[in-house]
Amino acid sequence: MVEKNNRFQIVVHFVMILLCVFCLFPFLLLVVSSFADEQQLIRDGYSIIPKSFSLAAYEYIFRNAATIFKAYGTTIMVTVVGTVLNIVLTTLLAYPLSRKDLPHRNAWSFVVFFTMLFNGGLVPSYIMWTQYFHIKNTYAALIVPGLMMGAFYVIMMRTNLSQNIPEEVLEAARIDGAGEWKILIRIVVPMSLPIIATLVLLVGLAYWNDWTNGLYYLTKTKYYTIQVLLNAMLQDLQVLLTSSFSGASNVDITSMPSTSIKMAIAVVGAIPVLCIYPFFQKYFVKGITVGAVKG
Amino acid sequence: MKKSIFQRHRRFIPLYLMMVPGLLYLFINNYIPMAGIIIAFKQVNFRLGILKSPWVKFNNFTYLFHTDDAWTITRNTILYNVAFIILGTAMAIVIAILLNELRSKFGKKAYQTVILVPYLISMVVVSYLVNALLATETGFINNSIIGAFGGDPVSWYSTPKYWPFILMLVYLWKNFGYQSIIYYASVVGLDAGLYEAAAIDGATRWQRIIHVTLPGLKPTIITLVLMSIGRIFYSDFGLFYQVPMDSGPLINITNTIDTYVYRGLMQSNNIGMSSAAGVYQSLVGCALVLLANFIVNKVSKEDALF
Repeated sequence: MVEKNNRFQIVVHFVMILLCVFCLFPFLLLVVSSFADEQQLIRDGYSIIPKSFSLAAYEYIFRNAATIFKAYGTTIMVTVVGTVLNIVLTTLLAYPLSRKDLPHRNAWSFVVFFTMLFNGGLVPSYIMWTQYFHIKNTYAALIVPGLMMGAFYVIMMRTNLSQNIPEEVLEAARIDGAGEWKILIRIVVPMSLPIIATLVLLVGLAYWNDWTNGLYYLTKTKYYTIQVLLNAMLQDLQVLLTSSFSGASNVDITSMPSTSIKMAIAVVGAIPVLCIYPFFQKYFVKGITVGAVKG
Repeated sequence: MKKSIFQRHRRFIPLYLMMVPGLLYLFINNYIPMAGIIIAFKQVNFRLGILKSPWVKFNNFTYLFHTDDAWTITRNTILYNVAFIILGTAMAIVIAILLNELRSKFGKKAYQTVILVPYLISMVVVSYLVNALLATETGFINNSIIGAFGGDPVSWYSTPKYWPFILMLVYLWKNFGYQSIIYYASVVGLDAGLYEAAAIDGATRWQRIIHVTLPGLKPTIITLVLMSIGRIFYSDFGLFYQVPMDSGPLINITNTIDTYVYRGLMQSNNIGMSSAAGVYQSLVGCALVLLANFIVNKVSKEDALF
């Protein structure tokens, strides 16, 4: 019996390890290829076994591609600003909705909730943002449309607040003469740091990975984030050269190790998330399960 | 009367003020575009503005449903989603149960960490990964697998017949970890007493899984599957547009409602048909969410969304 059980454990481990290989294999291919020599890549194709070693792709990125650094800076700025705005808006809306004494609480909640049931779609949004808010080719285009607040997280936070903050605590603060703003900042926010931390990760990830806003609303490379740049380069590596930095016309596209550069840039775009993730894995898992099981 | 309403609401004024920015954002970002569905009933002329553009009744819809596109995009969107729901759910349940049967605490944690990695990557990076595998000249599959066995290289990006499988594989690769973790959380939350009782009754592992774990998971499965059915008219734009690299020969097999709307708006400048397709998606999508929730309400009330 015990032996049979051990055999079962080994089988489960084996299956799980296979799945992990399935998950990680493409990343390995990406990283190994980004360090390969251009000529060897053209001859043998991308491979998981390093047959040659060359830093040419990364060197090229560091020397020539001011675009990439600019895009990196934009990504960081957009992620930070967007996440802060999102969390502030979400908290400010979720807290009143979590208060059982708020007049017409259900009606207000429905106003938020309804946006999850029905939407106008891409065409009206696109026309509104471009024709009436003139958002095309601005940094706001990367921050405001769609991502700045979402009904799902508002409702997730509202539920969390109404479960975790006892009414007596709020009542006691009120008796002590604290106003609503003071209660929010001094009591509610410190008590809900775990859910806020989870939201910061989820929203931050959404901003870091977003490329659709850039695809819809940007035509000038100088506003590109790293994801938008990657997206544009997937079709045409030339984008890297038609950039805002001076002397671009002197760069010869034929001298570019384009096969390995493609992989190197994808590594550069993916690496920060992959490096940060293990440290926050617990919060990610929590965010996923909290959000999915109890909306 | 007026005064009493004011007094009744006065102590809530700070709360109302807090709600203003969020509600304003929802009004602009969500509610104005909802009103914008009138675009689908107009011949848009940007010089006149949306409101003054002439009405064309249902013409845009008539044109849309007279093309083959309407059928193709509906078929693709629904069939891919059905495949994703069935395969994704089955895989996630199996993995959740395997994780739960595992005794090693370290193994549980390590495997959970790794299978979630693909979920964290943007679809653009996924397109690069797929391209590294499938590129005709330099791709891993053509060179290291087909090449090693002496086969002829396949021109993946212009051969439609492979793409249903490729897209399913990419979808599973990216999402199975996420779904497995949701189901795993649900398995962990099951009543431990039931397992003890099953052990005392001498149930085998298999019997325990069939008679305790799966029935315990039923509410989660029903809710999540019905919610996905509510989203069956929507697709992941990146998966269907970016992963096949917007390749022309593949369009029949990769075009979904979302990619059709995007192409109509940005590439062929056909706002009428594009917005008609968008409204079609929104209305049917909304009806499906309501229907799905109605069914959840009947099956297990506490799992209903509203």
